[in-house]
Amino acid sequence: MLGTTFLLAIRSILRHKLRSILTALGIIIGVAAVVTMVTLGQATTAAVQKSISALGTNILQIRPGQGFGRGGGGPRPPDFEPADVEAIRRQIAGVTAVAPQAQASATAIYEGANWSTTINGTTGAYFQVQPWPLTSGRSFLPLEEQAGKSVCIIGNTVVQNLFRGGEAVGKRMRIGAISCDVIGTLSTRGQAGFGGDQDDIVIMPIKAVQRRFTGSRDIRLMLVGVDQAYSTAVVQSSIEDLLRERRNITGSKENDFNIFDTKQISDTLTGTTTLLTSIVTAVAAISLIVGGIGIMNIMLVSVTERTREIGIRLAIGAVAREVLLQFLVEAVALSMLGGVIGLVLAQIAIFSLVGLMKVDFIFVPQINVIAFGISAVIGVVFGYFPARRAAGLNPIDALRHE
Amino acid sequence: MASNAADGAAPLIRLRGVTKTYGEGGTAFQALKGVDLDIQAGDFIAVMGASGSGKSTTMNILGCLDVPSGGTFEFRGHHVETLDRDQRALLRRKYLGFVFQGFNLLARTTALENVELPLLYRGDAKKARHAAAMAALDKVGLADWWDHTPAELSGGQQQRVAIARAIVTSPQVLLADEPTGNLDSERSVEIMQLLTGLNRDNNITVLMVTHEPDMAAFARTVVHFKDGLVERIEAQHVPGQEVQV
Repeated sequence: MLGTTFLLAIRSILRHKLRSILTALGIIIGVAAVVTMVTLGQATTAAVQKSISALGTNILQIRPGQGFGRGGGGPRPPDFEPADVEAIRRQIAGVTAVAPQAQASATAIYEGANWSTTINGTTGAYFQVQPWPLTSGRSFLPLEEQAGKSVCIIGNTVVQNLFRGGEAVGKRMRIGAISCDVIGTLSTRGQAGFGGDQDDIVIMPIKAVQRRFTGSRDIRLMLVGVDQAYSTAVVQSSIEDLLRERRNITGSKENDFNIFDTKQISDTLTGTTTLLTSIVTAVAAISLIVGGIGIMNIMLVSVTERTREIGIRLAIGAVAREVLLQFLVEAVALSMLGGVIGLVLAQIAIFSLVGLMKVDFIFVPQINVIAFGISAVIGVVFGYFPARRAAGLNPIDALRHE
Repeated sequence: MASNAADGAAPLIRLRGVTKTYGEGGTAFQALKGVDLDIQAGDFIAVMGASGSGKSTTMNILGCLDVPSGGTFEFRGHHVETLDRDQRALLRRKYLGFVFQGFNLLARTTALENVELPLLYRGDAKKARHAAAMAALDKVGLADWWDHTPAELSGGQQQRVAIARAIVTSPQVLLADEPTGNLDSERSVEIMQLLTGLNRDNNITVLMVTHEPDMAAFARTVVHFKDGLVERIEAQHVPGQEVQV
């Protein structure tokens, strides 16, 4: 009997193509919206996590000042000194490396091409704190660091713009007022989670940058690598104590520096994208419910429209259960059809949107299965009421219906 | 009930004191006021009467589409008045065929699929369905039109498809509600000849409601209804049928 009913339902759907498509439209849009939103949310979260893990996990960033910004009034807190870097490296257990940083902006010139970029003065420890492999050349020699030699390692964007993608190692370029030898090139890192191109960078020994660009021995930022075996929180608080002592902050006075755990930043950002994803998904889910009501609406109209048909079926010997089942199967088949079309549209939408959003295409099986399941359930739930109404019709009245 | 059915003298259908009341209290309307009627298997009956005389109500009850408010209706020994909706549906499926004034074919559905429909509900396999439906269409002379939808068929052709649908299950009784009401006289005679043939050759009992004496003339028995009661029953000598009987 189920086979017969299924056949009748499919025939009826195919015979009324426009009506069927319009009925399924709500489900199509709902399923496509939910799947697209959830998938894009997850893709974005994955992209944020990826770009943060590119910063390196188990890294503490230490800056002078309070909070992310520079803060309100009062004297600007002093920058760090090279001695601070040494102290952290030697005195705190669990620290693998400490990379000081001093930044400046300058224009790099090579054979008529010029490119405005960021100079990052640091030490070889920079590459120990975070994984950032060289594509060719080498890192700084200890001698070059100590002497503050004018050598540089350049990011991919600089290679592309200044050297037209050609070999850069061994070349001598001008940067600001000085010239420097390119000793290495870096692998591509891509966009940072906070915007900005991480590959648009020239890395030089910190002493060279301090002497030639910033004009002081101050250090604006320290990156501290933490051994996997140690708790970053414990290391963080040890560093905090050490720096308070070194900067003469006593008693209840607030820190004039702050330490960020990249994992915290990562968690915060992930939390934010997850929240946004949930909100958008909730909105999309509402559209799915509206789609279900649409199915019910059309099925009800269809019962009224098809009253005579139901009368005929009952007269020639269909029992109420068969009419109920036919309408129910029609509703379920329509919403499942809508579900499938919605899933296909979602993949197309995701595929075209990931390009715009600069995130990687992903396929999340769970949400596809869930959305399809929901569309089937909607068919049953919203199809039942009209189906029951159809089955309950009196054959005589139904036949007489004009 | 088996003894009843086996008994040659027992009628196929027996109505005793059948009443039907619509509505309740002051607005109640009694459509049937105690109908007694026996119908023998193999008869061809025309039911006549003015509108409101109770003939349609009686036909609905005989077609197991409706139940009497009072009295008894025995069909093949079954007391139909005691059966529920689904049991009556199964009775219709097995023993009854319906032909309506408005043809009542499913739109956008080919003649073949329309005729197959009762077999689908009966659960026949695809091959058997096709064969039986094609045979029925052949019997009404429309085998070549099997893939046409009602919109592509004339009124007379549509009614013949409807008759094919009614007889495809080899029913015992064919109920026709003004089968020629929407047709011109030439088509009407064709349909009546078809019904006469089915009655004579396939021994199908035919119950037909009609307004037209010309059509009633094809029947062997004419039952006249008036004011919710059977007024009179007349036996007719149908030319050409006497020889067959």
